[in-house]
Amino acid sequence: MTGGDGTVLSLTDIFKHFPVRRSFFSRETLRVHAIDGVSLAVPAGKTVGLVGESGCGKTTLGRVALRLVEPDSGKILFLGQDITALAGEEMRRTRKMMQIIFQDPYSSLNPRMRVGDIVGEGWLVHGIAGSREIRELAERLLLRVGLSADAADKYPHEFSGGQRQRIGIARAISLSPKLVVADEPVSSLDVSVQAQILNLLKDIQEEYGMAYLFVSHDLRVIRHMSETVAVMYLGKLMEVSPAEEFFGNPLHPYTRSLLAAVPMLGGAPREKIVLRGEIPSPVSPPPGCRFHTRCFMARKLCEEVCPPLREAAPGRMAACHFV
Amino acid sequence: MAGASSNFGDFLRRLARNRLAVAGGAVVLFFFVLSAFPNVFSRHEPNRIDVLKILSPPSADHPLGTDELGRDVLARMVYGARISLKVGFVAVGIATAIGLLVGLIAGFYGGWVDAILMRFVDVMLCFPTFFLILAVIAFLEPSIYNIMVVIGLTGWMGVSRLVRAETLSLKERDFVAAARAQGAGDARIIFRHILPNALAPVLVAATLGVAGAILTESALSFLGIGVQPPTPSWGNILTAGKDNIEFAWWLSVYPGLAILFTVLGYNLLGEGIRDAVDPRLRGR
Repeated sequence: MTGGDGTVLSLTDIFKHFPVRRSFFSRETLRVHAIDGVSLAVPAGKTVGLVGESGCGKTTLGRVALRLVEPDSGKILFLGQDITALAGEEMRRTRKMMQIIFQDPYSSLNPRMRVGDIVGEGWLVHGIAGSREIRELAERLLLRVGLSADAADKYPHEFSGGQRQRIGIARAISLSPKLVVADEPVSSLDVSVQAQILNLLKDIQEEYGMAYLFVSHDLRVIRHMSETVAVMYLGKLMEVSPAEEFFGNPLHPYTRSLLAAVPMLGGAPREKIVLRGEIPSPVSPPPGCRFHTRCFMARKLCEEVCPPLREAAPGRMAACHFV
Repeated sequence: MAGASSNFGDFLRRLARNRLAVAGGAVVLFFFVLSAFPNVFSRHEPNRIDVLKILSPPSADHPLGTDELGRDVLARMVYGARISLKVGFVAVGIATAIGLLVGLIAGFYGGWVDAILMRFVDVMLCFPTFFLILAVIAFLEPSIYNIMVVIGLTGWMGVSRLVRAETLSLKERDFVAAARAQGAGDARIIFRHILPNALAPVLVAATLGVAGAILTESALSFLGIGVQPPTPSWGNILTAGKDNIEFAWWLSVYPGLAILFTVLGYNLLGEGIRDAVDPRLRGR
């Protein structure tokens, strides 16, 4: 049940701009360029890691993929079907196959619902099970993610952050989806808990055979989880490479500087690249290459022409004039 | 906030620490008991006329005296408490139901739906409520049911604004996105996910609203267009008191005190609930 080429999700030329507060009297509109022409494919059963600094649009891209945020333009193919304009009942049925795990385990669980009802909501709204069956299924699912069965009767505030994230995972896998968008699922957890949750996510992926679009700003987490890595900067993809080659030999100057910034214990010192300045505002992104204001390789051309994402090495894509 | 407000035990403990709120709650409870068991508190019939005892001062047989027709004031006040509470709760029930619905729909759908509903709220708020009620009652038969409905229909705007604001922030929360991702429809998201989380400020507004409704009902009855005699109400006992205030102070003082303490009680309780539910709501 995939698109012809084995992809679950294929995003084509997605744009999403958010209008920001206009002054009451002016007609001028400012727009945050959250996503500016991104194309990305997620193969069935695999994990695509999406990295980038805060505010680069990676979370928005994850939500657009599930149509929790509507794109301004572009095309979303899910299991070979164009879901960009799917409405009402059809979209609701498609949602069974695509789920999300959130970053904040506190705001992602309804404080007024019992955990059993939270986990079983999908079965209920899709009419898959009656309330008694749901109770049983929910208990089994809670055990699977490492909680006790009596958790079903409790409310979210009775759990710790890591436990709440397990509840969120149980909810996401309850409908056996083909794609799960994991939106920074461990970045608000303690490091020791992070590893447990990551391993749980990996085990579950093997068991259920689903694909992850794994959003994170932590390269170590991405490395642990992903087969493919996509790097985002100011609403655009900078590089898409298989993980092994990505970490061994990054192509794009932005990627190289990111990898150089990962703290290492021991090991050989890597190339040292210190980025100049701050990330420019996504309200008025720089012309030409988005990265040229901070790039150590920038030349005149970069200020004028935006480099397209193209095959820079076999099986690897990069958006830079000089690689 | 999530953990704090979802724990009912904590809520009660915080409420119990607030002495004014406890006092307010006690007054409210007292009037509840009064209206639940009226014959326990008075030996007389509220509408029984006794021409031999017209305007007699408080005595052992009539602890709060009698009125201009010789009816027992205590009995009339006890039955009047029932009317006041009924009006207060039904009117606030109507107002809260409308306010919740309007606020949820405006906040959830936003855009032009929100704009139209909120401009309608603005228009409703432009009318001086009391005169609007007077005008409406002038066309309708003044009865306790019309009063309840009219007070309810003119009192929902505050609740709708509160609920709208709450909905605007709740609908951006991740658990709403999660429900949508699960395939939940709008109705389920609104009533199962947003409504239960928006109720805390509504509870406060409703408690304060009961006080306002009781006051409005008393005022209308005092003016003779509320609860009609011979049905007793605190407001129409006061009317009789006004005519005889030179000879019979008890006809004015006791219903006046009853209104004062009830309204005060609901206000203190409402403010106590507000502080106990969420300190951030203070001063709203």
